[in-house]
Amino acid sequence: MHDTRYEAPRSIEEAVIMLSSGSVDDVRVLAGGTDLLVQMTSGGRSPSLIINLKHIPELTRIRFDDSGALYLGAAANAFTIGQNERIRQQFPGLHEAVGLIGSDQIQGRASVGGNLCNASPAADTIPSLLTSKAVCHIAGPGGATRTLPVSEFILGPGRNALQAGELLVELELPAPAAHSADAYQRLIPRSEMDIAVVGVSVRVTVDNTGTCTDASVALGAVAPTPILVPEAAAALVGTRLEPADLERAAAAASAACRPLDDKRGTAEYRRRVAGVLTKRVAAEAAERARGR
Amino acid sequence: MPKLHIRTEINGEPAEFLAEPHQTLLDALRNELGLTGTKEGCGTGDCGACSVTFDGQLVCSCLVLAAEAEGARIGTVEGLASGEALHPLQQKFLEHAALQCGVCTPGFLVAAKALLDRNPDPDERTVRYALAGNLCRCTGYDKIIRAVLDAAAELRGEPA
Ligand SMILES: Cc1cc2nc3c(=O)[nH]c(=O)nc-3n(C[C@H](O)[C@H](O)[C@H](O)COP(=O)(O)OP(=O)(O)OC[C@H]3O[C@@H](n4cnc5c(N)ncnc54)[C@H](O)[C@@H]3O)c2cc1C
Ligand code: FES
Ligand code: FES
Repeated sequence: MHDTRYEAPRSIEEAVIMLSSGSVDDVRVLAGGTDLLVQMTSGGRSPSLIINLKHIPELTRIRFDDSGALYLGAAANAFTIGQNERIRQQFPGLHEAVGLIGSDQIQGRASVGGNLCNASPAADTIPSLLTSKAVCHIAGPGGATRTLPVSEFILGPGRNALQAGELLVELELPAPAAHSADAYQRLIPRSEMDIAVVGVSVRVTVDNTGTCTDASVALGAVAPTPILVPEAAAALVGTRLEPADLERAAAAASAACRPLDDKRGTAEYRRRVAGVLTKRVAAEAAERARGR
Repeated sequence: MPKLHIRTEINGEPAEFLAEPHQTLLDALRNELGLTGTKEGCGTGDCGACSVTFDGQLVCSCLVLAAEAEGARIGTVEGLASGEALHPLQQKFLEHAALQCGVCTPGFLVAAKALLDRNPDPDERTVRYALAGNLCRCTGYDKIIRAVLDAAAELRGEPA
């Protein structure tokens, strides 16, 4: 391994200056390291500078503003998020997705920011971020800041929209509407510790009569990136979320898949499972939304 | 590249060592500090043999940089026993024959202790999920789960 430097800045400003000193691949930020260190030890990456983000207060902070929007520090770890009762209540599907990442050991380190930036097609939190309309808050050189919806942040497998010198600071999840809830489930070959064959997040909003007024459906592991499926959402809006309605959403979800064949499942299998899970997850989200 | 001078706390005692910036905590524990209780199985976060606590949080030391230990509190398997007296988890692993080759054992002990520290009365399912990040290729897991449940009962002061 060639020479590597390590820094642990205390502020976003310091981190951005360090980040600007090299190319995106040469300078890597370290959140939980559960992707980065695996990539380094298995030889894929050897950055010349590693910047540990966990001493920057904004990066590990979790807060809600007066409107009820969640601001999730990009490097906050999965264990801490899992312990947050308000996140569990307000974003049950995101809470489920975070709780599925790896083992207890991995949870102690893994962050949502790292999961998003690493941009795996199977990343468990990305479908939930998509259906919750999460927005990335990004800091750049010279005090510049910009925001980008998660749907525009992910560009391809392992590729995100950050430019050299830019840092993902936090994720903003707008307060869900009244009678709105999300859910997330995935299929894995084992009962723990595996990568999703398919992951599905659904968010639905219902009115007082139980009619669906808004919906969002996102799939993981069935395309080069996690994808929103507006056709599946459209199949739900205006219905009472009866089994036949969920069936139409499931068909739309299966049709939207552009899966790979690999050792975890054939393309055909993934398409089928995407439909089955969409039905189940939509039913779960609907039940939660009606209970609110 | 100059080595980093790291000051940390291991099992309640101050410790100092020199580390390469890309060196893992696992490597530093074993090769700079001579604490070889912590084992390396995979080096990629899958097996849990390298489990330690970092500021009280259970982690894989193969996925932590040694440099991150600066100012942190590290707990390893060497901190479980008090002098010659084994921790109840260690004692129960012996009684239940919950180890064969023993490579996975330090990781299981550290992970099981982290679980019992926050949940003194877990059911079997909880124990199985909490230890899902620890792999054993010898015992078949059942004896390990029994040993942890039995140690939990003893730590709660229940009669055997
Ligand atoms: C054993 C094991 C099991 C796993 N199981 C799962 C699973 O079930 N589901 C799943 O989705 N993933 C899983 N993963 C993958 C990984 O744990 C997750 O993707 C995790 O969320 C990554 O977060 P991190 O904080 O560790 O990221 P890091 O490794 O620290 O970072 C990942 C990448 O993002 C970049 N990055 C991180 N934070 C920022 C930031 N704020 N700004 C800019 N760039 C940033 C880093 O430079 C790096 O390239 C597993 C990994 C292991 C080792
Ligand atoms: S050596 Fe760290 S998890 Fe296997
Ligand atoms: S006793 Fe041999 S790996 Fe567990």
